[in-house]
Amino acid sequence: MFNNIIPAFLVGGLICVVGQLLMDLTKAKITPSHVLVGFVTCGVILGALGLYEPLVKIGGAGATIPLSGFGYTLAKGAMEGAQSGGLIGAFSGGIQATAVGIAAALFFGYLVAVVFNPKG
Amino acid sequence: MPNSDLRPPTLKVTPEEYKEITKKLTPKPKVVKNTILAFLVGGLICSIGQIIINSYMLYLGLTKLSAQIAGTATLIFLGALLTGLGVYDEIVRVGGAGGIIPVTGFANSMVSPALEYKKEGYVFGVGGKLFTIAGPILVYGIASSIIVGIIYLLLR
Repeated sequence: MFNNIIPAFLVGGLICVVGQLLMDLTKAKITPSHVLVGFVTCGVILGALGLYEPLVKIGGAGATIPLSGFGYTLAKGAMEGAQSGGLIGAFSGGIQATAVGIAAALFFGYLVAVVFNPKG
Repeated sequence: MPNSDLRPPTLKVTPEEYKEITKKLTPKPKVVKNTILAFLVGGLICSIGQIIINSYMLYLGLTKLSAQIAGTATLIFLGALLTGLGVYDEIVRVGGAGGIIPVTGFANSMVSPALEYKKEGYVFGVGGKLFTIAGPILVYGIASSIIVGIIYLLLR
């Protein structure tokens, strides 16, 4: 049950290393926002090509918790939606699969921003 | 005029060249250090996520998929809360991409600008700035997933 924690640590750590190297080694202005957008889009593409699935099988949360995993879930949902619901499913599948995450981020984000005040 | 009593430089480089060489050499240790910290912090956040997911399956009897979804939502909550408490900015300062790339960093990217621009009011300040960074992420993520769905239909 708990032997999946080390793989999660390793895979998650390595995915973050890729992002860190992108920010440190490229001369272009790659900001954290660019890295996040890039990771989601790459996750969608890798998910669509079936290349992200093995990473999820090995790393579990190590692959799904990074934002590339969000992209993977989007792509997987869109393909499953297209399979069962045709064109409407292709539009709805991605958001359906990620709905809880998006709603949680929006709700908790709003709540925290209202309750807390900026420092300094 | 340089003082002629000084011993001649052992390295045959002009000050400009020297500056360039040091510039080339100094960032490297920083890159190595950043990479290690990103690995440790990112790995730690993901393994905490895995522990939460495991616990949901073990103690709440959730299915694997439900536990994954609930675990992700829990991490998002923690990321938002720690940002409100001012702790998450420290995690990003130390861990760099290790703090930015996990979903906790996504929550941080929403709360941080919303808090900063709170004085602009609850509609354009909090409501609008929540999506300063999350907006582009959702636009590119969702749009590309729809393209994937359509291509999947066409190839079927």
